[in-house]
This record gives sequence, structure tokens and C-alpha cells, in this order.
Amino acid sequence: MSKKDEVVVLDFWVSPFAMRVKIALEEKGIKFEAREEDLLGNKSELLLQSNPIYKKVPVLLHNGKPLCESLVILNYVDETWPSPPLLPTSPYERSVAKFWADFVDKKIFEGGSKIWKSKGEALEVAKKEFEECLKLLEGALGEKEYFAGNGFGFVDIVLIPHISWFYGYEQFGGFKVEEQCPKLGAWMKRCLGRESVAKVLPDPAKVQEFICKLRKMHGIE
Amino acid sequence: MEGAPLKLHGMWASFYVHRVQLVLHLKGVEYEYVEEDLSNKSRALLLQNPVHKKVPVLLHGDRPIAESTIIIEYIDEFWREKPILPTDPYERAVVRFWCHFVDDTLRPSFGAILRSSAEGQGAAVDNFRQNLEFLEAELRDGFCKGRKFFGGERIGLLDIVMGCGLYWNSASEDVLGLKIIDQESFPFFTSWFESFNEAKEVKEVIPPTEKLVEYVKGLLQKMFN
Repeated sequence: MSKKDEVVVLDFWVSPFAMRVKIALEEKGIKFEAREEDLLGNKSELLLQSNPIYKKVPVLLHNGKPLCESLVILNYVDETWPSPPLLPTSPYERSVAKFWADFVDKKIFEGGSKIWKSKGEALEVAKKEFEECLKLLEGALGEKEYFAGNGFGFVDIVLIPHISWFYGYEQFGGFKVEEQCPKLGAWMKRCLGRESVAKVLPDPAKVQEFICKLRKMHGIE
Repeated sequence: MEGAPLKLHGMWASFYVHRVQLVLHLKGVEYEYVEEDLSNKSRALLLQNPVHKKVPVLLHGDRPIAESTIIIEYIDEFWREKPILPTDPYERAVVRFWCHFVDDTLRPSFGAILRSSAEGQGAAVDNFRQNLEFLEAELRDGFCKGRKFFGGERIGLLDIVMGCGLYWNSASEDVLGLKIIDQESFPFFTSWFESFNEAKEVKEVIPPTEKLVEYVKGLLQKMFN
């Protein structure tokens, strides 16, 4: 690796997907510049050029070369700067970690969005589905401190940003994650004690304000 | 785990299963195949993949692995000869990005054609073709320029993810009576697909296209009736 690695993250303060990348880079001790995109307004030329298909954040630019999709970026970061490792070493444990990362990626943000977008019966259904997903994750965590056996890593990084949105879901949904899933609650506190996580995650109250703004935009009262 | 037996739970017409079978074959790895009746899933399958309850599931000894691309990466890491993914991290990221694009964007936009109303069909076809154009552009003058396969001289992960399942296109074109992927608009993609189908391992592993097309046509006719 060249000594003058230039690492840029195209970012949006409230995006859990972008938070994953920033936490991973912090954990690896990689210096990077986070450039805030105005996603609800005007996207930068750089973003549109670097991610022409999806036009979304995060984008990682490593010495000018763009990488898109947070899980793809996480794998790249882990393979390019191997220490400390985010994924376990054995192929089987790696496949388990990738499975749960994929599960979080498919279920959590969308599931949470259904909560703040719904009312009445639809809201109850959304809450139930969300709780089922969290219980599955809690099962995967088990008695461990973190999801993999080798300390804070891949799955933790993929899931932890979403908790900054949980407060909003809880307010609109009328439930508390810690009460339904105490082990997950303990894991959340543990992760928040890490410097990388504390540095990157936004104030949940601000995220809730943002969700209120989104609700207005979607015409939900 | 060395020497532990491999068992693959699958369904003969599932292109997610074909992906895994193709990789095992490319690597020369032996395995036992278990056909699942998806309308009456075995206890074993439900035990091994309790979260998604789907095929494919690969059992290595008593360890289950689910999700086709995760299974493939596991196989690639455990049996390191004849790699399916490139070694360079940036190239791996590019391949993984395109695989994500195929599964999360391209394929669902094809599904939208099948679910569209008569009025919406044109727009759905256009949308799919716009998505396919991204891959056509990569073959024409992007990172795959001049290559026989997306993976280079040998079949790689993106070839497998894109190539398995294209019989859905043939079947749909037949049932809907329209051309979706035409050679004129997609010369590089069409040429790539010919190379893929001609590959020895693809011929050896994937069931005959006619049989798969018949099967899908049966499903589509039920869907449309």
C-alpha cells in the first residue's frame, strides 16, 4: 500500500450504510475524508460519476477508484487493510458472518421503514415482522459478546448503525427494543462503548427528527 | 473439515442451485445431491436453513451454508484451486458489485416484466433493457473489454451469477411473444451468453435448456391464467 493513500467516503450523516464504512475505517485506523452529500437536494458530480447506477452513498474512493455498496466496500476494506481483521479466519465462520450481514442488509432498514411509514393494522404487522427479525439476530448473537467469536467485527459493524434509527422506530411504533430483546440491548450498549461507534453514530434524537421530516415528505401524519 | 462429505440440497430447475453445482463442478469437488420438493420441504432442509427455508443449502459435514453467493465464496475459500473470484481486492469488489447488481436490480426488473399489466409492459421491458445495457457496456468497453467471459479466459463468479437462469428469458419471450434480449441491441451480451452455454462444464452440469424452458413456460402459463 502506498504511504499516501487517499481515502474518501461519500457520506450522508443519517445513512446507516455509510456509517458501516466509516466505522470499519476507524476500526482499521485508516485516515479518511468523509464528504457530506446533500441527498435530499443536489447530489455532487463526483457521486453521480462514481455511482452512476444507484447514485447512492456510501461510495468509497481509494486513490480515486470508486467502490459502491456497503457490504462490497466492507469486504474490500477488510481485504486491503487486513489488520485488525473484521471477518473471522475460518471459511465456515466467515460464511456465517456473511449470512447474518446479508440478513441485516435485506431486513432491517426496510423493516424499520415499514414501521415509520405505517399506521393502524399495517403498523402492527410491521412491528411484528421487525421484532421477529430482531429475535433471529438475538438468537445468532446467543451468549457471545459480539456476533463472531473473535471480537467486534463484520456483523456488528453492519448492524450497529441501524440502532441510531431504532429510537425513531420505537417512538412511532410504541415499543422498546431492549425490552423485547435484552441480549441485543446489552450488545448495543457494548458496541456504543467502542470509540469507532461512538464517533460515527449520530444522536438518535436527531435521527428521529429526520424521520419526522421523511414522514412529512411521504404525506404521513 | 478436510475430507468431510458435501451434501447439496437443491431443486433441479433452480438457477440458484445451478450456480453452486457449476462451481463445485468447476473445482472438481464431489458432492451428494438431494432433490427437494419445494411444496413439501424436507425436515433436513428446514433444520439446515431455518431462517430462509430455501435451496440451495450446502452441508459440509454437519455445517450448513445458505445463500448461493455465500456458498460459492465458501467453496472458493475452502478449495483454493481454480479460483472463481479474482485475487486482487479491487477486482473482487468490482465483481461483487456486479453480482449484487444482477441479483438486486437486473433480475427483479425482469420479474417486473412478468408482473406488469398490458399497459405497463413496455415501460417494464425498457427498464430491464436499460439495466442490461450497463452489463453490455462493461463487455463492450468497460472492465471486461475484449474478454471471452466476465471472468476473463475462464468462467468466474459474475459469469455464473448472470449465466445461470437466463432460460427464464427464453421462456418468457416465448410465452409473452416478444423479444427482450435481442442480438442487435446487445451484441456483446449475446456473444458472451453463447460462450457461456458452449462451456464444457455448463453443458455437463446445467439441465438441458429445452427442459428448463418447458418448466418455466409451465409456471408462467399458470401465473397468467
